Amino acid sequence: MFELLGIPPQALFGQLLLGLINGAFYAMLSLGLAVIFGLLNVINFTHGAQYMMGAFGAWMLLNYAGVPFWGALVLSPLIVAIIGMVIERTLLKRLYHLDHLYGLLLTFGLALIFEGLFRRQYGSSGLPYNNPLPGGTNLGFMFLPNYRAFVVVASIVVCFATWYVIERTKLGSYLRAATERPDLVQAFGIDVPRMITLTYGFGVGLAALAGVLAAPAYQVSPTMGSNLIIVVFAVVVIGGMGSIMGAIVTGFGLGIVEGLTKVFYPEASSTVIFVIMAIVLMVKPAGLFGTAK
Amino acid sequence: MSTSTPAHPAGAPAATGSGASAGTLFGILAIAVLLAAPFGVYPVFLMKVMCFALFACAFNLLLGYTGLLSFGHAMFFGGSAYVCAHTIKVMGFSPELGILAGVVFAAALGFISGLLAIRRQGIYFAMVTLALAQMFFFFCLQARFTGGEDGLQAVPRGSLFGIFDLSKDINLYYLVLAIFVFGFLVIYRTIHSPFGQVLKAIRENEPRAISLGYRVNQYKLLAFVLSAALAGLAGATKVLVFQLASLTDVAWQMSGEVILMTLVGGMGTILGPIVGAAVIVTMQNYLAGLGEWVLVIQGVIFVLAVSLFRRGFVGEVIAIIQQFKAKKAG
Repeated sequence: MFELLGIPPQALFGQLLLGLINGAFYAMLSLGLAVIFGLLNVINFTHGAQYMMGAFGAWMLLNYAGVPFWGALVLSPLIVAIIGMVIERTLLKRLYHLDHLYGLLLTFGLALIFEGLFRRQYGSSGLPYNNPLPGGTNLGFMFLPNYRAFVVVASIVVCFATWYVIERTKLGSYLRAATERPDLVQAFGIDVPRMITLTYGFGVGLAALAGVLAAPAYQVSPTMGSNLIIVVFAVVVIGGMGSIMGAIVTGFGLGIVEGLTKVFYPEASSTVIFVIMAIVLMVKPAGLFGTAK
Repeated sequence: MSTSTPAHPAGAPAATGSGASAGTLFGILAIAVLLAAPFGVYPVFLMKVMCFALFACAFNLLLGYTGLLSFGHAMFFGGSAYVCAHTIKVMGFSPELGILAGVVFAAALGFISGLLAIRRQGIYFAMVTLALAQMFFFFCLQARFTGGEDGLQAVPRGSLFGIFDLSKDINLYYLVLAIFVFGFLVIYRTIHSPFGQVLKAIRENEPRAISLGYRVNQYKLLAFVLSAALAGLAGATKVLVFQLASLTDVAWQMSGEVILMTLVGGMGTILGPIVGAAVIVTMQNYLAGLGEWVLVIQGVIFVLAVSLFRRGFVGEVIAIIQQFKAKKAG
């Protein structure tokens, strides 16, 4: 067996894979945030809670209704998205004419409510969720668990499908147009308010899908979202919210960097993304893919 | 500048002689009540309210008067608490020096994080401050001197200037009151100075303030450092009251709480944060037995405040008084 800088390859590639999985979640969450912010001008602080609700949705579907993982993969995001759209119609909608800060504060309050309710019901410790794809493949230099490979592939497919729809289809062109000038798009006879609701539902569904994918990889816990969302905010600051591809690349990239930090300097692994954020702010304040706005 | 009537910010009543003296009268009355209060109400509770009121006032200086939403004020509050507790407990500082050390630390931390955060505006500013505070949280979690999960417990209160024994609640109460009044006056003076006027101009229209020749970033940074230092003063004072500095003080929930207090009381009003802090601390006291429901209730208050009464308690009262006055005049 060869060694790299005194690190056994199993540990190195194992952490790289974990980093890639984390990166997949960063990418899906920051993608949802960026899509929502583009059209609604709201930073969705509830995003972390909705990711957590996606994971809990899968757990509840399995334990209360007997729905297996593959069914939950579709159902749970759908349910969370519908809850999200109801929130958009009843609460968020009334804030669009105000400063962006109010949207942030409202969604922060919603995040507290959801996290509090789940903590009240299920406690703060995590609940296990069985791995739907046990076993793995030995690649020679490392052991690749099937489920982890699935998460990485699935999230890449979802991310690029989103990119394709937004950047290359007619529907996406409506969306991009409405991001620039909602009033003008409305004048052309497109129902912009409905588009806004569906976009919010889509972004939220993306977060919930990430949550379902996370359920077997980590434990299902009420606090899983609030810890993640702050890191995702840093990812968004680093990448800038101007570009879809930027959000995807930054998410995966930072996940890998975090994984590598765990190998070479574990003490800094929880802070490395924030440090990178500080450096990016000093060197390129608008973010790596952002435009000053 | 023209010599016509000075432009008052929309909504502020013209500072007539009677208005100013009414304000002074109200201030004297409030201080008299606070001086007598510990004989009627549990002093530790009052001290807690005053610490959080000062924290919220410091936060409001930034949000209400400069238009900057910091989602990371817990790092100044909690960071100062750790420094104050450590210097007193381990290094044997006297209480006044411990508080001073905490404030200096908070100001320095505010300078560094402010330099980074003011590079972005609006929503990004909030996210940057939140991320920096989370970084500081992880630092405190891992650093040796903070005591990790246990925090720093049983910090001795000592005696002020070696004369006043602060282990007596009543003595400490008057110290906390003095600190609170001092902090409040600093904020009051700042808001009503030319510097404060520039801050309000930045809040209302930043590009215009730039075009008028103001170095907006320097003003923002100074406001940020001032706010951080005062938040630190509140955090260090809290250590003397509870003899404890812990991870709760630096966690993001604390940043959320101070936002809630300011929002409920009325952002951009002088007295709002004080009312908000009193309301939230009282609520926490009564609901302490409900466990996780506190989080839910706080969330509900957030949603209600943002959806229904964005001006907050004090803001609504001011609006009603103005309506009444307008009716009388018209």
